Amino acid sequence: MIEVENLTKRYGNILAVDRVSFRVDSGEIVGFLGPNGAGKTTIMRILTGFIPPTGGRAILSGFDIMEKPLEVKRRIGYLPEHPPIYNDMLVSPYLEFVSQLKEVEAKERTREVRRVMDLCGLTEVENRLIGNLSRGYRQRVGLAQALLGDPEILVLDEPTIGLDPRQIIEIRELIKNLRSEHTIILSSHILPEVEMLCGRVIIIHEGKIVAEDRPEHLQSTLKSSDRLFVQVGRAGPEVPESIRRIPGVISVFTEEKIPGGYLIDLERDEQKVREEVARVIVAGGFGLLELKPIRMSLEEVFVRLTTVESGSPEEGGKFS
Amino acid sequence: MKKIQALVIKELGSYFISPVAYVIIFIFLAVAGFLFFQILSYFNVQSIQMMRYPGLLDRLNLNDMVLFPFFHNVVVFFTFLIPVLTMRLLSEEKKLGTGELLFTSPITTTEVVLGKFFSAALLILVMLLFSFVYPLVILIFGNPDAGPILTAYLGLFLLGCAAAGLGLLTSSLTENQIIAVISAWGILILLLIIGWAAQSVGPTFGAVLQHLSFMEHFQSFSKGIIELKGVVYYLSFIFFTLFLTQRVLDSQSWR
Ligand SMILES: Nc1ncnc2c1ncn2[C@@H]1O[C@H](COP(=O)(O)OP(=O)(O)O)[C@@H](O)[C@H]1O
Ligand SMILES: [Mg+2]
Repeated sequence: MIEVENLTKRYGNILAVDRVSFRVDSGEIVGFLGPNGAGKTTIMRILTGFIPPTGGRAILSGFDIMEKPLEVKRRIGYLPEHPPIYNDMLVSPYLEFVSQLKEVEAKERTREVRRVMDLCGLTEVENRLIGNLSRGYRQRVGLAQALLGDPEILVLDEPTIGLDPRQIIEIRELIKNLRSEHTIILSSHILPEVEMLCGRVIIIHEGKIVAEDRPEHLQSTLKSSDRLFVQVGRAGPEVPESIRRIPGVISVFTEEKIPGGYLIDLERDEQKVREEVARVIVAGGFGLLELKPIRMSLEEVFVRLTTVESGSPEEGGKFS
Repeated sequence: MKKIQALVIKELGSYFISPVAYVIIFIFLAVAGFLFFQILSYFNVQSIQMMRYPGLLDRLNLNDMVLFPFFHNVVVFFTFLIPVLTMRLLSEEKKLGTGELLFTSPITTTEVVLGKFFSAALLILVMLLFSFVYPLVILIFGNPDAGPILTAYLGLFLLGCAAAGLGLLTSSLTENQIIAVISAWGILILLLIIGWAAQSVGPTFGAVLQHLSFMEHFQSFSKGIIELKGVVYYLSFIFFTLFLTQRVLDSQSWR
């Protein structure tokens, strides 16, 4: 279990983390979501005892990270943003070394190293130099290292960053299989990933928590407007004009990819408005082909909450 | 203690997987060997000359004429090689981000410093053991006094460990190995010229400087005397540098 209260971290005059409080129950898997520079790594570094906070408290498995750092460290497996691997070591001696640091009993060490290598699919590279491994394998070595000693809490900082799509799927599968046995915090700036893996999402922006909920709730409760997609047989400028006149409609966009397709932003997804849209299109003789509500993806919730200015997130369809 | 041992084994592994250890040991042996045979051939020339003056033959002493100059010359080169051994020990942890594993594992910064230090100390021991072939030549073919050889080696080891402590400290202060090694050299040069300066300033201040000088304390070791103040000097130098290193690692500026 993790309890965080008013955690603050200041770098000079940069406020990297600003009075963050949250709680993660045993067996829960929580995702930190936020753009680069939001403060995800900083929070994780504080939780793992790598850097001290400027203010606030963090209690992990009942131990305060400031008062009993070693007790906390005994119970945490941590995969930093850059996997902490020594390029001049072979995979299995590296894991042996980490298992010694993690206080794995001498007689169980070989078995434990084997267990994490099996789990992370490293057996075929166990005698390879880490420096010669592909990015994907290096990430797996980093993950394997975090799993040594079967820690109660796992902290994974952007576990899929920099991997190719196939490797991303592999790592995600791996994390999925770890659910329920560990309390997991993972960070990501990729929404579908968090949506897929986490039971709860904490959205962080400029060092603050801006939203916190189950992924499906975030979608349903946080949407401030809803969308409809319509496709008509006979498109023309009068189509959006007449739809725009319906009360409850905020705006209408042409969906360029689909001929005769329009996206309609509504104040609220009300059946009344939907019916009215259908009626107007039929009455106008535009030839209604399709009308369906579009649930806002977490990605859009996220954009709305944080208004990230630069570029679109790396992957994921726009509409789910 | 087990974790210190794990660190030592890991570091020694890294030394010998990469060419660093071999290159350094090879260079050290090559330079020591060159000095040794230079001194030995000079000794040969001298002894042939002295044959003509039988009265001087009792001054023809292997300890004074070969071993003492050998250690006297080799110690400077040896000292400057040590920071090359230690330069990556901590700076690399910072640069590669592996420190993030080390300092989130249940290991104290003191254990980290000791593990790194002992691995350097063991490597120094290996270097010195290899270099023992040269005095061995004298021991086999002549009959010098073995005492000064052993005390000289004790002195070399203590001095080497002190230089390693200093190297570890500079390595903890930067993520750049080159900066780490050059700043260690800078401090060593300072500690060296302090001894020279001691001769030109007044007697009291001179004595103080003399005491601070890094090489000064080695002199008595190479003459076969184990002086308490020399042992204390090197041990406290080691303790002080390791203590500072631990403080640096503990401070948040390192992270
Ligand atoms: N060591 C540091 N020194 C100064 N500023 C830092 C340091 N580490 C992070 N920051 C700043 O803190 C903020 C949060 O960074 P970070 O926690 O890495 O964000 P994220 O992981 O969400 O991308 C950023 O503005 C970053 O520039
Ligand atoms: Mg980050």
